Amino acid sequence: MSDLINSSLRDLSAALAARKLSAVELATLFLDRIEKLNPALNAFITTDRDKTLAQARAADATLKSGDGATALTGIPAAHKDIFCTRGWRTTCGSKILANFISPYDANVVEKLDGAGMVTLGKLNMDEFAMGSSNETSYFGPVKNPWDVSCVPGGSSGGSAAAISARLAPAATGTDTGGSIRQPAALCGLTGLKPTYGVVSRYGMIAFASSLDQGGPMAKSAEDCALLLNAMAGFDARDSTSLERPQEDYRRDLEKPLAGLKIGLPREFFGAGMDADVRVAVDAALAEYRKLGAVTVDVSLPNSGLSVPAYYVIAPAEASSNLSRFDGVRYGYRAPEYADLAEMYSRSRAQGFGDEVKRRILIGTYVLSHGYYDAYYLQAQKIRRLIAGDFVAAFKECDVIMGPTSPSVAFAFGAKSADPVQMYLADIYTISTNLAGLPGMSLPCGFGNNNMPVGLQIIGNWFGEAKMLNVAHRYQKATDWHTRMPGGLE
Amino acid sequence: MSLNLEDVARIARLARLELSAVERETTRDQLNDILGFIEQLQAVDTTGIEPMAHAVDVVQRLRPDVVTETDHRADFQAVAPETEAGLYLVPRVVE
Amino acid sequence: MNWEVVIGLETHAQLQTKSKIFSGSSIAFGAAPNVQANAVDIALPGVLPVLNREAVVCAIKFGLAVGAKIAPRSIFARKNYFYPDLPKGYQISQFEIPVVSGGGLAITVGSGATATEKFVQLTRAHLEEDAGKSLHEDFHGRTGIDLNRAGTPLLEIVTEPDMRSSAEAVAYARTLHALVQWIGICDGNMQEGSFRCDANVSVRPMGQKELGTRREIKNLNSFRFMQQAIDFEVQWQINEIEEGRAIQQATVLFDPDTGETRSMRSKEDAHDYRYFPDPDLLPLEIGDDWIAEVGGGLPELPQAMQQRFAGELGLSAYDAATLTASREMAAYFEAALASAGRENAKPVANWVMGELAARLNKEGLGIVASPLSAQQLAGVVRRIADNTISNKIARDVFDALWAGEGKDADAVIEAKGWKQITDTGAIEALVDEVLAANAKSVEEYRAGKEKAFNALVGQAMKATRGKANPQQVTDLLKKKLGG
Repeated sequence: MSDLINSSLRDLSAALAARKLSAVELATLFLDRIEKLNPALNAFITTDRDKTLAQARAADATLKSGDGATALTGIPAAHKDIFCTRGWRTTCGSKILANFISPYDANVVEKLDGAGMVTLGKLNMDEFAMGSSNETSYFGPVKNPWDVSCVPGGSSGGSAAAISARLAPAATGTDTGGSIRQPAALCGLTGLKPTYGVVSRYGMIAFASSLDQGGPMAKSAEDCALLLNAMAGFDARDSTSLERPQEDYRRDLEKPLAGLKIGLPREFFGAGMDADVRVAVDAALAEYRKLGAVTVDVSLPNSGLSVPAYYVIAPAEASSNLSRFDGVRYGYRAPEYADLAEMYSRSRAQGFGDEVKRRILIGTYVLSHGYYDAYYLQAQKIRRLIAGDFVAAFKECDVIMGPTSPSVAFAFGAKSADPVQMYLADIYTISTNLAGLPGMSLPCGFGNNNMPVGLQIIGNWFGEAKMLNVAHRYQKATDWHTRMPGGLE
Repeated sequence: MSLNLEDVARIARLARLELSAVERETTRDQLNDILGFIEQLQAVDTTGIEPMAHAVDVVQRLRPDVVTETDHRADFQAVAPETEAGLYLVPRVVE
Repeated sequence: MNWEVVIGLETHAQLQTKSKIFSGSSIAFGAAPNVQANAVDIALPGVLPVLNREAVVCAIKFGLAVGAKIAPRSIFARKNYFYPDLPKGYQISQFEIPVVSGGGLAITVGSGATATEKFVQLTRAHLEEDAGKSLHEDFHGRTGIDLNRAGTPLLEIVTEPDMRSSAEAVAYARTLHALVQWIGICDGNMQEGSFRCDANVSVRPMGQKELGTRREIKNLNSFRFMQQAIDFEVQWQINEIEEGRAIQQATVLFDPDTGETRSMRSKEDAHDYRYFPDPDLLPLEIGDDWIAEVGGGLPELPQAMQQRFAGELGLSAYDAATLTASREMAAYFEAALASAGRENAKPVANWVMGELAARLNKEGLGIVASPLSAQQLAGVVRRIADNTISNKIARDVFDALWAGEGKDADAVIEAKGWKQITDTGAIEALVDEVLAANAKSVEEYRAGKEKAFNALVGQAMKATRGKANPQQVTDLLKKKLGG
C-alpha cells in the first residue's frame, strides 16, 4: 500500500490501465487515509464517500471498455474548495458560503472529471484565498504534516497538506500571490502556477481576477505536467482565457539541461531570506550546475515594490469581487436585521472573517473617490515596471530561480497578529502574478526543524514546458520530492 | 495619510460591513499599518508609465449573439435564503 | 427675474440582441420571474462575463448614425454599489473610455411656421448591462427580485446640457427614439422599458454663465411624462430659488398621478461608485474595417433622406420629415413613388400622409400592416394624374382597394365603370340636360347669385355619377351660361 500512496501518476495510470488496480480500490485507499488522518490535519472541508465511489465505478467502467479512457482516468484528485463543484458543498473557506452547494462545475473540475479523474473531496484553504498560513479558514487551520504545530502555508494549504500526507495523489490549487507555490514549499511538494490565461478561471471563485490562476499540485514535476495537460486549455466562458494550441506539457521533460541559463535575481538573495533556506537553495543551484546549467546574475529592480503594489491591486479587485456575497441569492444571511441596509452589513460582517474584511476595506478605500489615482492607478503603473523587469531579465536567461518563501513553515500564531508581516511571506512569489508569468515550487531540501524548503522556478511567458523540464531533470537527480513526513499514522 | 474613526465608518458603510465601536478602533489601527506599508508606492516616479490592468496584453474576445442558456431557476433557488413565486425576497426596498 | 432652463438627457436604449450582453440568456420580454437569469446573470460565485458581439455592432451603428467618434479601444469598468437587483454588487459599464463619443442630433422643435431647428450635441454613448427589477407588490412587506432583465444590453446615450425647454427635450427624445428604431438597434417600446430617459434639469438667471445645481429626474418612460416632469421641476426649482432656498443636487422620481417630482430615498447618500477597469474583461478593440463593414449595412439615415426628399422631389421640409418619421413609412413612400413615378411625388406624399395615414390611424394599424400596398396606392395616383378618375372617385377606388375589391386601381375602375367621361360631346349633352331641368338655378345665377352656379355644377356631376371631369363641366357651364 505504501507503494501506491507514493506512486507517480504515471505508475498509477499504468496499473489502472492494466487492470491490476481498480479505480474503486484506489479511491477507497485514499478515502480511508483521509478518514484516519484528516482529523489531525484538517486538510479536507468536505468528503462524500458515495459520490467519490460512484465516480470511481464510472472510471472503472471506462477503463474496462477502454472507450474514452485517458492517462488520468481513475486517478483520484481533490479540489481546493475555491473551485465550484456541482452537487458538492463549495465554501471557499468561508462562513458566508458554508452551506453553498454549487449548482455548476468550474471549467477545471469539468475538465478533470472529463478526463476520468475521481474527486476525493474539497480541500481547506484560507478564506477566499486570502492568507499565507491557512489560519483564516472558517473551518479551522490546516496543520503542516511535517510538524502539526506549524502552518502549511496558504492559501492552498489544504491541497499542500493533503498531497504531503498522501491523502491524495493530486490536487488543484490557485495562486493569486503565491498560493500554490508557498504552501508547496512549506509542505515539501511540487506545485505550478501557469501563465495567466492558460487555465480557465470560470467557476474558480474570484479573489483578484487579474492575478488569479489555477494550477496543479502533486508530488513531482512529471505529475504536474500530466495534470496541467488536462487542466489547461481555452475556455470560451472566460474572456481572459487564451486561445492557444493545446500543448503537451510533458514533451520536454527529459531534455538535458546542458547550457541552460538560470537567472538569479540579486533581489531574491538579499537579507530577507533565512539562512537555512539559503543553504538549501544554494545546494540546489550547485546541483543544477552539475547538470550542466550555468547561473547568471540578473536584476529585478522593482521587485521590492511587488508586495505593496499587490496589496493595493488585489484588495481593490477583491472588494468588488466579494460584493456579490450579500445574502440575497445564496450564502449566509444574518438572522436578525431591521432593514435592507442592516441585512447587507450584518450578513457580510458575520459571514466574512477578519482578514477578508480587512482586505475589502483596504480595497474599498483605495478605489474610493479622491484616492484612486494615488493608490490604484499608481500600483498599476508599478505593476508595468515590475513586468518590464522580467522582460529585461529573460533576455539574459531561460528561467529564473530563487527561494519560494523566505522561511520554512512557521508556528501557528507567529504572524497572524501582524498583517503586514504575513504579507511579506509572499515576497518572492507575488511579482510573477503581477507580471502574469508562470512559476513553480519544488522541494530542494530541509531547513530548521527539518522542515521542507522550496526552490522557486519562474518561467518566461508560456514557458511551462521549459519549467517542467528544468524541475523534472532536478527531480531525476535528487530525491527530495519523494520524502514523506513521518509519524502520521 | 492616516485614517480616523470616521473614515473607517465611511469605508465600512460603502463596503456594507457592520463594525462595532471596538472593531472600528482595531480596524483603524490595522488599516493604518497596511496603508503605511503601501505608502512607499508614492515615492516612485511613474511619469509616462501606462497603467497595467491585465496580466496579458490581449483584446476582448466577442461572443456570437446566440441564446445558449435554459431555465435553471429551481437549481439556483435551491440555495437561496428566501424565495417566493420564483422571486428572491429581501426586506422592503424604499425608492 | 428671467430664468434660463438647462437640460441634459441620459437615455438608456435597450439593444435589440437575442441574448444578454455578457451571457447566453434570452432577453425576451415577459418571461416568468428569474427563468431567464442564468448563472452569470445571478452572479453565482466564479462566473465570468463574455461580451456579446452584436451589442458592439449596435453601438457602432449608433456612433455612425450620429457622426460620433468610435473608440478604437474602449474599456469596460465596474460601477460598484449595493442594490438587491444588482446581483454582482457592481454594474459593468464604461467609464473613462466609452465606445462612442461626440456626435449629435439635429432636431426640429415645434411645427409649421414656428418650427425651429437645433443641434443637440452628444457627450458620449456607452455599453452597459441593465439591472434586474424590484417588485414592491405584496410579499408580506418584502420586496421581490426578478433578475430576468439583469444583463440586458443597454446603450446609454448622454447629451451635453444643450436643451433649453421641455419642448426641446421632448423633441430630442423623439428624434432619438425614431433614430434608434430606424437603424434597428432598439425596438423603442417605452411601456416595456426599452427606451428610458433621465433628465438633468437646472435653472440659472438669464445671462449667467455657470450652470445651476441640477436635479436628475429618473426613468421617464413617456414623452408626455417627460414634458410634465420637466415643467414641474423647472417651476419648483424657480420657486425654491426665489424663496431663497438653494437647490441641492438630488435624484428625483416623477409621479404621474400627482404630476410632481420627489426625492428618491434610496439615493440619499452621496454615491462613491469606485469605478475601475473590469479585470474580467479585456479592452474592446474596434478596427476601421469593422466600422466600414457595419457602416455598409446601415440604411440611409432619416436626415439624409429628408434632404433628398426636399431637394430632389421638391417636398416641403414638413412633408419630408413626416415621411421619414419611421423607416417603414419611408419605405412605403419610396415604394409608392417608384411605382407612381417621381413626377407624382407630391400627390403620392399627400396620399400617404393624408388618406392612408388617417385610415391606418382610424383602424389602429401600422403602415406595414396596411391592407393597401404601396403599388396599389401608386396605381390610384397614376389614374388621377392621367385624368382617368377624379380625386373624388379616387377616394372610392381607395376604399374599394382597402376592402380588397380588386387587385389594383385599374381593375376597380373597370369593374365599377368609374372611368372619367372625357368625351366633350357627351358632357355637353349632359350639361344641356341639366340646364334645361334647372331653369330656376339658371335664372338665379343670371341674377348674380354665384351659389346657384355651384348647384348647377353639382347637378351635372351627380348626373355623371361623378365620372365627369369637374373642370371640364365647369368650363362648359360657364361657356353656355355666359353665351
